[in-house]
Amino acid sequence: MSLFVYLITYAGIVIFCAAVLKRIISYINNPMHVRWELYPVPHEGGGKAEYGGSYLEEVDWWKKPRETSKINELKVMAAEILGLKAVYEYNRPLWFVTYPFHIGLYFTVMFLVFLFIGSIAGLMGIEALTIMAIVKFTGPLGFILTICGAAGLLYKRLTDENLKIYSSIEHYFNLILFIVTMGVAVLTWLFVDPDFVMAKTFIAGLISFKLTGISNPLFLIQIFLIVATITYIPFTHMSHFFMKYFLYHDIRWDDKPNIDSPETNAKINVVLNYPITWSAEHIAGHGKKTWAEVATFNPEAQTEKEQ
Amino acid sequence: MSKKSLTINDVSKASPILTKVDNEDLMPLPWNIKEKESKDIAEGIQNDYACILDDVSVLNIPKPKTKEEEQELVDKFISGMKKSFSRTDNWTFLTMLETTMENCAKCNTCSDACHLYEASGQNEMYRPNYRTEIFRRIYKKYVKKEPFSDLRNGKVDLNWRTIARLGEMSYRCNICRRCAQACPIGADNALVAREIRKIFSQEMGIAPPELHKGGSVNQMRTGSSTQMNAMVAKDNVEFIDEDFAEETGYEFHTPWDVEGADILLIHNAGEIMAWPDNIAAFSIIFEAAGLSWTLSSEVAGYDSINYGVFYDDVQYARTAILHAQAAKKLGVKKIVLAECGHAHKALTVIADRVLPEGLQIPRESCFPLLRDIVKSGKIKFDPSRNNFPVTLHDPCNVTRLMGIIKPQREIMKELCPQFREMVPNGPHNYCCGGGSGFAIMHRNNIGDWRNKVTGRKKISQILNAFSDSRGPEIEKYVCAPCSNCKGQIRDLIEGYELLDKEQLTYGGIVELIVNAMVDVNPGFINWEEF
Repeated sequence: MSLFVYLITYAGIVIFCAAVLKRIISYINNPMHVRWELYPVPHEGGGKAEYGGSYLEEVDWWKKPRETSKINELKVMAAEILGLKAVYEYNRPLWFVTYPFHIGLYFTVMFLVFLFIGSIAGLMGIEALTIMAIVKFTGPLGFILTICGAAGLLYKRLTDENLKIYSSIEHYFNLILFIVTMGVAVLTWLFVDPDFVMAKTFIAGLISFKLTGISNPLFLIQIFLIVATITYIPFTHMSHFFMKYFLYHDIRWDDKPNIDSPETNAKINVVLNYPITWSAEHIAGHGKKTWAEVATFNPEAQTEKEQ
Repeated sequence: MSKKSLTINDVSKASPILTKVDNEDLMPLPWNIKEKESKDIAEGIQNDYACILDDVSVLNIPKPKTKEEEQELVDKFISGMKKSFSRTDNWTFLTMLETTMENCAKCNTCSDACHLYEASGQNEMYRPNYRTEIFRRIYKKYVKKEPFSDLRNGKVDLNWRTIARLGEMSYRCNICRRCAQACPIGADNALVAREIRKIFSQEMGIAPPELHKGGSVNQMRTGSSTQMNAMVAKDNVEFIDEDFAEETGYEFHTPWDVEGADILLIHNAGEIMAWPDNIAAFSIIFEAAGLSWTLSSEVAGYDSINYGVFYDDVQYARTAILHAQAAKKLGVKKIVLAECGHAHKALTVIADRVLPEGLQIPRESCFPLLRDIVKSGKIKFDPSRNNFPVTLHDPCNVTRLMGIIKPQREIMKELCPQFREMVPNGPHNYCCGGGSGFAIMHRNNIGDWRNKVTGRKKISQILNAFSDSRGPEIEKYVCAPCSNCKGQIRDLIEGYELLDKEQLTYGGIVELIVNAMVDVNPGFINWEEF
């Protein structure tokens, strides 16, 4: 049984990484898209980001050096990631439940990271008391906050008419999965592994490939549930935890102008030579096969000439 | 169907209409201004077109008459939807569409950001995610073919009613992208509305007549969506020059086709017909500032509109290329977009990754240039001529979508002593209600609907901005520096009879600049009937 849980964990980690990578690679491999930014764009420098301004406020903007600010961008990212600012501003009732859920997950991730560090330290013969103190703090806090948030979200989805008709079985399943997984984690912490010694041993076993026998059934169920949840996330809309980076940086904040850039021009050349198969008469009716042919052809001028 | 009981699957049901907004549902307006009764859709329209969404018909989808035609509507839509997710057919927006389909948490944080949802009294059909959710469920089940899709994403019944209503619903959104701005994840429901419009236009050949046949097709055929060919446009501008030279006492001449000029100025040609004072004001300011500039008489070179940006990527790309070709032919140093918001966005930003090498003539907004002129000291101004309450409408395409916020305000602060902001403003503004093409639609009861629902938030903002200046004895001015916004605000002022009752008028920013010019006769702006 113990060996099986180890194997499941290895498989879960591999599937999780592969699924995340697949999504990212698939995103990166998409063709160049047009600019579709939304202001405020926080990396605008010179005080412009504060009021939502851009470099386009300058005459002959292409001749002027662009001021950008990575610090502004990081500030906005921090407020969004740590404070869920958009939900706070636009959907306060939801924020009260989604915030503990997300913060609970952040603490849980911290718990896993520090447990991993503590396990490595343990393998090196270092006691790492501070690390393990952080583990003992972040773990239970993360589990409990996640349960509270997930329960609140579940209640909202079941009772709030604004959410109910948009909620599918998957939404309910996801939230119940988090409640059950974190619930078992809390029980394990309370009754089986209060100092996370067993968890540390398990992780150390994973790292060192010394698959130490762990026989406590509740602990094994906990591991199974955590692995299942982590593996499952990238196959759902919860993939936004990493895709959000692209949605913000590559779409919402992508204000990079094309000042006759050879790199962008090469990409334009590629996309304009893509075939086009839209069927409407004004597109398909003239025998043009590529975007370049279609876009540089004025069917109406042609019609005028024919008449 | 009650607005509160509307579910996703109602979209497929054989009810006469899905929903409607009654007057008692509407968001209350300030000042207790009188609500007008709306007209019903004409019977002939209901016989010919699928008017099954609500009490308006924007897209005019031909009503299928046989089972085969019903199936054809569904099949063509699915065929188009597949192309929307093709990297070659939809390279322009595939990334944004895919990420919105896959990452939305359906938390509806976007809802309250939508002025249509708020104005309609929170009618479910106007919720930004309602149409997206229908689109998403169809996509996941019939295009992506996700296993257990009904369980995972929710059910949707696919029939001709679903498709017809979804198509019409894509024209219940101004595509102002305020919802996208509110989304914590970065999903874009406004984009989905545009993608649905694209499927109808690019695959099914169905688009509102004002945008396609009377819009982008006319522009490519005659040079302008107004159907003015170059000769007529030049004649009209010549008349404008003469009329306004006489009226203003300022001699000027609008230059055409000047090779090697620094600036090619492109107006929305609708201004020539509807607001000649705007054309004249630009010419007066550019002449007074001593700029090297020209208009172009090339096809589309004298009309900046690009309605493709509202409904069709191919028409968009063709028009953008025509604009760039006009500039290239004259050998100008740059294109300056006059007061037209969607033209700003279309040619300045989106075209950045569409125009092929050789056609990337630099392009910029008129607002920074006007700001620099006003501040340069080249022209003498008397701001007391603008000493009446003025508020500024922010066109979404210029502000939220391009980040041009300050130049307009710097002009206002310099020249308008009683300038006051609307709340909210800048990148967080509300759409005028005419966005995404609605402003040019007056068919049937569309005008009533624009006044009642789409423009409701804007008129509310305008009235609130003038809450200290009520009454017909105080002349008030809404500065709306965008042709489509101006058209919509004109209709709102007329619809709510605010010129007579409140001496409220509207116009662009250049009119305010010229009104304050010392070298021009006073009274360039007036409060006469539109």
